[in-house]
Amino acid sequence: MSLTTAHSVVAPTPLSKRIAGTIVILYALVSIVPLLWIFATSIKTPPDSIAYPPKVIFEPSAEGYCNLFTTRTRQTPEYISSLPPAANFCDEVTRKRNMVIAGPSNFLPRFVNSLVIAFGSTFCAVFLGTLAAYGFSRFKVPLADDLLFFILSTRMMPPIAVAVPIYLMYRELGLSDSALGMILLYTAVNVSLAVWLLKGFIDEIPREYEEAAMIDGYSRLQSFWRVVLPQATTGIAATAIFCLIFAWNEYAFAALLTSGTAQTAPPFIPTIIGEGGQDWPAVAAGTTIFLIPILVFTVLLRKQLLRGITFGAVRK
Amino acid sequence: MLNRTADTLARATPSRVARKVRGLSDRGVAWLFIAPTMLLLLAINIFPLVWAIGLSFTNYRANRPNEPIKNVGLQNYQRILGDSDIWIAMQTTAHFVLWTIVLQTLIGFALAYLIDRKFRGHAFWTTIILIPMMLSPAVVGNFWRFLYQPQTGLFAYAVSFFTGIPNTSIDMLGSVGAAPWAIVIVDTWMWTPYVMLICLAGLRSIPDYIYEAAEVDRASPWRQFWSITLPMALPFIMLAVLFRGIENFKMFDMVNLLTGGGPGSTTEVASITLKRQAFESWRTGYSSAFAIILFVAVFGLANIYVKALNRVKQR
Repeated sequence: MSLTTAHSVVAPTPLSKRIAGTIVILYALVSIVPLLWIFATSIKTPPDSIAYPPKVIFEPSAEGYCNLFTTRTRQTPEYISSLPPAANFCDEVTRKRNMVIAGPSNFLPRFVNSLVIAFGSTFCAVFLGTLAAYGFSRFKVPLADDLLFFILSTRMMPPIAVAVPIYLMYRELGLSDSALGMILLYTAVNVSLAVWLLKGFIDEIPREYEEAAMIDGYSRLQSFWRVVLPQATTGIAATAIFCLIFAWNEYAFAALLTSGTAQTAPPFIPTIIGEGGQDWPAVAAGTTIFLIPILVFTVLLRKQLLRGITFGAVRK
Repeated sequence: MLNRTADTLARATPSRVARKVRGLSDRGVAWLFIAPTMLLLLAINIFPLVWAIGLSFTNYRANRPNEPIKNVGLQNYQRILGDSDIWIAMQTTAHFVLWTIVLQTLIGFALAYLIDRKFRGHAFWTTIILIPMMLSPAVVGNFWRFLYQPQTGLFAYAVSFFTGIPNTSIDMLGSVGAAPWAIVIVDTWMWTPYVMLICLAGLRSIPDYIYEAAEVDRASPWRQFWSITLPMALPFIMLAVLFRGIENFKMFDMVNLLTGGGPGSTTEVASITLKRQAFESWRTGYSSAFAIILFVAVFGLANIYVKALNRVKQR
């Protein structure tokens, strides 16, 4: 009965499968090298990290992570030998380089800023986005298509072009370099994604469920809360992760609008310097810590990825 | 799924069947739900935009807030359109957008086509390939500076290993000829998976029976590719191209960290020029005018995008 032959595109031949697999796996391996290199550099000593030819086999060291979290000052060997024995591993490594730990670095506060701003803006964007998406999905809103296009178009603006007037506005309002300012800004950028994605998810929930609930005496708000929201949980979770990733990764606004108290990790990491230039193991350590949450989310989001990156235009 | 629904409905049934208070009218609910989002976008997007339009007709400088603001009419716009630096930046942007799109589309589609052969383990390798696009372009772009270092970098080592050119002469970020390609390479590395993922969805949307019919008609695999696969995947490819086009037109973070527009101004794409004018030269009025011009360009692209998007959706 089967019309497909061995040569059909529908059922690829074993040979073509093997060739395809080899090429794809080669590409995957090459494309993952920079990431493996980031991790490898993070556990190298500074001399190992700039050895040539590049060292693939080396003795791992936590020095990069020590340097990431601390600031150090150079001291004379006499002074260092007069100190009490090193209290921990980081002390020991630092002293070997004729330095002592002067205090904690700014990495931890910047990382906390990233967490606060990413989670704060994600919560706001998903909250507003869910309401608006429900509104657009279920009601006849005048000029709905134009409003939706308007919402999407705000995302198309080049961040630097928006940054000029935002910078001036925040200066007037006292929101410059504040977490609140960044949360508001990221909420505004993410809400467009949230509305578009969630409208797609809510469109897929049959209206009959709410109608049944309303016939049973529920008000619109109650049926939204008790019937639609529970059905949309997967969509809301996926949308939240996409918003989180955007806010976490964002650099342009953060670099231009924050400098100190509200600075996030992306503009901070490139500024990590040691003596005589960039301290690459420390940069790599910061990069590794910064990337791990995204790796986890990428694996979790695998199935929703396509939808997220196309604003809900393509669904599997 | 159905059980859960039934459950929810069972719980949703109120004790008193008929309720007197039905709450807000549908119209009220609709506005209550949509208004907050609209207000936020008006405050954070539209208000600053209108402000920028106003500033674009002045000689205002944000680093001298006490100086009197003079209205200069269309002078800023005239200057931008006559400014050769701006035109060079637009050319640099066009070079960047064009080459990244060409490379990403070719490699992305090829990968999708191969993954669609469904070899053993294809799901796992697809996930591996997707990782770069999820990462922060700034943080990862910054690390590429390390990979690109001529003396010690992995990239220079790999190139010299395969070509025999001494690694110290492979200065990707420091030489005028190579720097524009250095940013194209990183962008292609990062965003090829994006194009691949959309193309893959396109290929998977082609129903098997079309190929089966083509088999019956004894169409060669070559013919099948050109008459079935490519035309049917085309709307998806277009969608990916438009998305990448808009994104790369706005490109700032990766380029800013890799080269900062240098050496000289060889990699100065539009966003970098804008940043230099607005936040380094502090020509606020002038840069606002340039920002407005970029808006108009992106809006044009966005319009095309939405039309294409609707066409894809209608299929």
